[in-house]
Amino acid sequence: MNTPKITPDLELDCRDLLCPRPIIELARHVADVEIGQLIGVVAHDVAARTDVPAWCRMRGQEYVGEDTAPDGAPRYVVRRVS
Amino acid sequence: MTNASGQSEVPVPAYLDTASSEPLHPAARETFLVALDQGYADPRRLHRPARNSRLLLDNAREVVADCLGVRPDEVTFTPSGTDAVHRGLLGLLAGRARVGSTLVHSAVEHSAVLHAADWAERVEAVAVPVDRLGRVAVEDLARAAAHPGVAAAAVQSANHEVGTIQLVDEIAEALGEVPLFVDACASAGRLPLPGGWAVAAASAHKWGGPAGVGVLLVRKGARWRNPFPGDDRIDERSTGFENVPAALAAAAALRAVTAERDEVNTRQSALIDSVRAAAAAISDTEVVGDSTDRLPHLVTFSCLYVDGEALVHALDRHGFGVASGSACTASTLTPSHVLEAMGALTHGNVRVSLSRDTTSAEVAAFLSVLPEVVRDLRAEVGM
Repeated sequence: MNTPKITPDLELDCRDLLCPRPIIELARHVADVEIGQLIGVVAHDVAARTDVPAWCRMRGQEYVGEDTAPDGAPRYVVRRVS
Repeated sequence: MTNASGQSEVPVPAYLDTASSEPLHPAARETFLVALDQGYADPRRLHRPARNSRLLLDNAREVVADCLGVRPDEVTFTPSGTDAVHRGLLGLLAGRARVGSTLVHSAVEHSAVLHAADWAERVEAVAVPVDRLGRVAVEDLARAAAHPGVAAAAVQSANHEVGTIQLVDEIAEALGEVPLFVDACASAGRLPLPGGWAVAAASAHKWGGPAGVGVLLVRKGARWRNPFPGDDRIDERSTGFENVPAALAAAAALRAVTAERDEVNTRQSALIDSVRAAAAAISDTEVVGDSTDRLPHLVTFSCLYVDGEALVHALDRHGFGVASGSACTASTLTPSHVLEAMGALTHGNVRVSLSRDTTSAEVAAFLSVLPEVVRDLRAEVGM
């Protein structure tokens, strides 16, 4: 699926981290953006594809979707809503 | 081991991984020992020891057929449950090769089903998504199976990781002419076998029989063709020298668990309810799977920010043996495809499954250490 390119307000480089580290980074840094802003998690770990949306559901945040970083790494985008 | 919370006599170690393999049922042990001395000969030969072997094998087949509610000539013992799944599914596809080569299956089938479909040449596998509880919708599966070229459908009786029971009877009816393969490995013995299948498979060590005994069920009249090299055995659907003592022990275990299942299921289900409630009470923890229409003896949950492998090791140090579907616990470093398909959190995952004699004291002891284990692991990563 081709999601239009989004520009997150903050991008977390989790390329070399294994699960659950990308989700820990996301939890640590979600408050670094304002409510309504976007945070991107760039991760090669395949578990992130399931776990970023699951984290959003469990923590009451909004999962926006997946696109790719300029180097082709998967990027999972979250909107802080609370 | 000392217990910091000052609890007396914690009954450890407690084995809470029966969904991987159930300890041998006492009824199976006795039968096994006797049959080892009586059932060594080749059941195809014509001498007396061979006739003894043959008698034991036929007896095992009749007991299994009776417990599962099928005809004895529909029962084949195979070298394992995995072999029964491979042989059963591939044989069903081979029998329908003229109709097509597509296999429609739920996205949460056991890897034995997925591996068989991968391995088969020219078979195209179509995974049908499941809901958040891990259940495939009858209409979704039927719609996928209505496409031209669909040779067969595969749906498990219940999910081996999260316990959710599938609507097999309804699916079979909705499929019409398309034959159904049912992997019943997770539920056989514990729950009545669903109906409507053309071919089904089960595994003895999941119900308290010995390992190395699978059960392949081929409905009378079903178009099934041996997908593997043939062998001159009593039952030509199988391969290799019959493991007569193990088959008889498997049958004895199945008869015992079938007889006691109403009582055991009620007890296990209540204990699992208590695990579900206690796990859900831990912050940022998600209990996975259907809370009511489920296998009686197992539950799965996932804890945010916790490494699944570390969680399994920490619980093991406290004396509790559990399984995990998290990526870090798999050699492939990929998370459980079941959790993925359900959209459930895949890290920090634990599967707890009870044996027939797991006590409430063991479960209480487990639940008394679980919150602090999770808290400590989170503290290590600053969460």
